[in-house]
Amino acid sequence: MTSYLFFILTIGGVYALLAQSLNLIWGGAGMVNLGLAGFFAVGAYASALVTKGAGLPIPLGLVAALIVGAVSGLIVTLSTVRLRDDYLAIVTLGFAETVRLIALNETWLTRGSDGISGIPGPWRAELGPLFHPLYCVFVFALVLLVYLLVRRLDNAPYGRALKAIREDQELASFAGKPVLRFKIEAFALSAAIAALAGAIYGHYTSYIAPDLFQPLITIYIFLAVTAGGLGRPLGPVLGAYLVIMFLEGTRFIAEAIPGLAAVQVAAVREMLIGLALILVLRLRPQGLLPEQRRAIPAN
Amino acid sequence: MSVILQLILNGVMTGALLAVPAIGFSAMFAVLRYPNFAIASYATVGAFAAWVVNTKSGFGVGPSIAVAFCVAALVGALCERAAMTPLRPSGPLAAAIASIALGVVLENVVRFAFGNDLKAYDLPILRDMRFGDIRIGPQQAQNAAIAVGIMVAVFAFLRLTRVGRAMRAVADNPDLARLKGIVPARVELAAVLVGCGLCGAGGVLIGLDTSIDPLTGFRVLLAVFAAAVLGGLGSVPGAVVGAFALGVAEELSLLAVAPTYRAAVGFLVILIMLTFRPRGIMGDRFA
Repeated sequence: MTSYLFFILTIGGVYALLAQSLNLIWGGAGMVNLGLAGFFAVGAYASALVTKGAGLPIPLGLVAALIVGAVSGLIVTLSTVRLRDDYLAIVTLGFAETVRLIALNETWLTRGSDGISGIPGPWRAELGPLFHPLYCVFVFALVLLVYLLVRRLDNAPYGRALKAIREDQELASFAGKPVLRFKIEAFALSAAIAALAGAIYGHYTSYIAPDLFQPLITIYIFLAVTAGGLGRPLGPVLGAYLVIMFLEGTRFIAEAIPGLAAVQVAAVREMLIGLALILVLRLRPQGLLPEQRRAIPAN
Repeated sequence: MSVILQLILNGVMTGALLAVPAIGFSAMFAVLRYPNFAIASYATVGAFAAWVVNTKSGFGVGPSIAVAFCVAALVGALCERAAMTPLRPSGPLAAAIASIALGVVLENVVRFAFGNDLKAYDLPILRDMRFGDIRIGPQQAQNAAIAVGIMVAVFAFLRLTRVGRAMRAVADNPDLARLKGIVPARVELAAVLVGCGLCGAGGVLIGLDTSIDPLTGFRVLLAVFAAAVLGGLGSVPGAVVGAFALGVAEELSLLAVAPTYRAAVGFLVILIMLTFRPRGIMGDRFA
């Protein structure tokens, strides 16, 4: 039971990192990333290949994930940054599918649908049963670190410029802000955080496969960010833990309905998640912790 | 040489099938002004509706597609009204995200009712027609012909009927259309009925070739987007041109990469097109 709890909390932390990643661009610059699962996968594979494949230490794996994530973010944004934001939505969706296809087909690199197993975790063997709680603490610390960084960014002139771009891109550009550069940088940073989350996930579960990076993960994170509060660094973290609790809760709800086949239980869970996102968008789009709008300073 | 000819022919036939949902998507985008990601599930809903009447009630291909069109149109109109209309004032991004969530819900309604197993339509098995080295499956040829028939009907609808002309007016300039006394809500309803119906019909056409399951629509989503972007997002003739071009490109890619990468061709096409000619081949003129 306690290991289940630590598992849930750790995965919640991974989702919190993904939610920070989405909030940074969506709450920050008004860009959406429907391929979050793809960047998550890219990071997981990058770190797994560097550590399990090339035998290098885990910190180098994390660095590799950050770099590969940021570069993928650049590729995706460069073609769409001048266009309306819904083009980016389409391109990111395509990116995630393409990543899944590559992971499935380039078996020499990724071992295809079998996935990569035996990804090292930090001192997994030495720690034994202590691995789960300690890794959970490590993920907490990382979530806190990313939270502090994002909050720093949010309060800095950089964050204000991003929000100006979100509200009115043309106005921001008239005010002399290099809008394109801001958007590309923010997206690359956000993609790097998502990739880092993937690496953290892989080193925890020790196994990754293309099927683990379903588009549904992207839906979870959108639910986390909208429910928690878009545009405020603490909101997505809260939202991520709420979503993981909701996900586990739906497991019990669906199993409590008598006479359902396993596939129907899974279908009910996914339906509830989709419905939850629609309802949150409709009933409380500002989330539990609404964005704080600073008053215009009086002169 | 005949290999390339065969691939181009196959590409044209796949392109015809792809054009049907691509028109639906582009028409809805032009009128409602948000990318509707739920089209994947409308295609799946249509495919299953047709499967039910085809295998349980013995409907032929034509009537099954008509049923799929109607069911998908009805489901689409209901969902649009219940889930999307209240959200649209929050902007295209909120609507796009809600449409993904809606797609997940619909996909799982289908999964709940029919399970994950592959289902096949009841079709007579026919021998391929041969012209020299070129082979054509009669079923594929029939599907492509039906798709072309649907396209002709859509263009006639947009050109000749009052509602169709009103749709074009709203797509080109919503403010001017309102000034002329066109009721936006009615035109939007018409766009949703036609758009979702076309997606449903497209789901059947794509499923007739192989088999269907709850992810049938999702698998072609990227190709539909690619076709629409290639032709020019929001343009109906663009969706047709884009679909044929993508179909041929997908088939020709088989010369260079493994068939499993077909879906990635769509992504590549989107990236290249948006980088060099974001307005698409036909621009954004609706019809």
